[in-house]
Amino acid sequence: MIHQYENNGYRIVLDVNSGCVHVVDGIGYDVIACLADISQEHTEESLKSEGIWEKLLKELKEKYSEEELKETLDDVTELVKAGQLFTKDLYEGFAGEVKKRKTVVKALCLHIAHDCNLACKYCFAEEGEYHGRRALMSFDVGKKALDFLIANSGSRRNLEVDFFGGEPLMNWQVVKDLVAYGREQEKLHGKHFRFTLTTNGVLLNDEVQEFVNKEMDNVVLSLDGRKEVNDYMRPFRNGKGSYELIVPKFQKLADSRNQEKYYVRGTFTRKNLDFSKDVIHFADLGFKQMSIEPVVGEESEEYAIRKEDLPVIFEEYDKLAKYMIERERQGKGFNFFHFMIDLEGGPCLAKRLSGCGSGTEYLAVTPWGDFYPCHQFVGEEEFLMGNVDEGVTHPEIADDFRGCNVYSKEKCRNCFARFYCSGGCMANSHKFHGSIHDTYDIACDMEQKRVECAIMIKAALAEERK
Amino acid sequence: MKHIKTLNTQTLNHTVKKGGCGECQTSCQSACKTSCTVGNQTCEQKR
Repeated sequence: MIHQYENNGYRIVLDVNSGCVHVVDGIGYDVIACLADISQEHTEESLKSEGIWEKLLKELKEKYSEEELKETLDDVTELVKAGQLFTKDLYEGFAGEVKKRKTVVKALCLHIAHDCNLACKYCFAEEGEYHGRRALMSFDVGKKALDFLIANSGSRRNLEVDFFGGEPLMNWQVVKDLVAYGREQEKLHGKHFRFTLTTNGVLLNDEVQEFVNKEMDNVVLSLDGRKEVNDYMRPFRNGKGSYELIVPKFQKLADSRNQEKYYVRGTFTRKNLDFSKDVIHFADLGFKQMSIEPVVGEESEEYAIRKEDLPVIFEEYDKLAKYMIERERQGKGFNFFHFMIDLEGGPCLAKRLSGCGSGTEYLAVTPWGDFYPCHQFVGEEEFLMGNVDEGVTHPEIADDFRGCNVYSKEKCRNCFARFYCSGGCMANSHKFHGSIHDTYDIACDMEQKRVECAIMIKAALAEERK
Repeated sequence: MKHIKTLNTQTLNHTVKKGGCGECQTSCQSACKTSCTVGNQTCEQKR
């Protein structure tokens, strides 16, 4: 299967099953389109058939000479021989193997505080409370969660723990105590903890910064962009905006981490569909690692993204991609999380087929020690999987999540982006379709666009280097 | 090649034999939390 498109003057062909990306000229684009029309899979032999040559002549001889067409067909044949174009999808059987593999738990999202000092309008955690009561995780519950992770991680060395909320800095002492406990235990068990913190920054101070820089592998700093955008969606409970207080602290933290191993992360909504300006605002504030994600909300919410918003959103992604190339040329480049793509050293196929790992490799732990498949399912009782005292008591939930991949979802089978999103977010699917085995269609459209832009940026920068 | 420039020659099927060690980062631990972004993760063996 191939996907071809034009963006910012580049003609790009993605060979979906090999992951190879080709930048082609006009005739290359037309010849490949003509061949794809006959079949999405070709072999050296099939390209030699009379029918192929006749079709190329019939469709393209008005536009190109026979010699040019022959030359282009030779180029295509060479790539087909190398397994880089018109390749077959041979992975469905492998997906079956991946599905049957025994999984271990390697990551926990610890809901350190179901409480928050902001009142963000779109919060899926409902201002930190997750359809439940306000609560802080005790050291004892957190300790049992880390013990569970160590005991259920098999031979996996790297274990990830995200301190999440609500706002985790509202329970900071427990975070520090759990890090100390983790550091002690990792030596005893031959493990290595990678701790991360997701914070809104309200309680960030020098002491927190120093600890975070010593112990946290990654920090996610929540901010939505321009002051008016941020303050509209991310106010304090008294309605006052949070931008002025937070931005200087985030700038200081990012610099103190040498502009690495952090993300300033925002959410865009229907209220700021011109979100490329918010990304640019981050860059102008000096941030180098950033992410702005589309809000996920019911259509009835005034801020929710609707299908009719997609053309505007696509234009924004295009604008942003061009802007990033320009910044890179000026030596002032930055990373935008959703445009990050590693064409040579990206994830292996097993990873791409196992997806995000929610419900199997990744679990969320509530302040009172209950397990859910991920942070977004917390509070939905049908997804309660167990707890820190009894372990996983509903393995059938894990089985359901384990069986979810791009081959179990009908919509993914013909999607060119399937090996980049791995079938998309299961929580989103459940939210919009009542099943984890579907996809959230608006998110799919945006993901396809982002993959196209990310590849185009690679094509543009590859050209620069020559 | 005159008409086609290939950006990457490492193919996905090559990773079938070696891949799957599972030491890599869980995607929601990076920056997303509301989408699925497996494709932009890095292979642990190539870090």
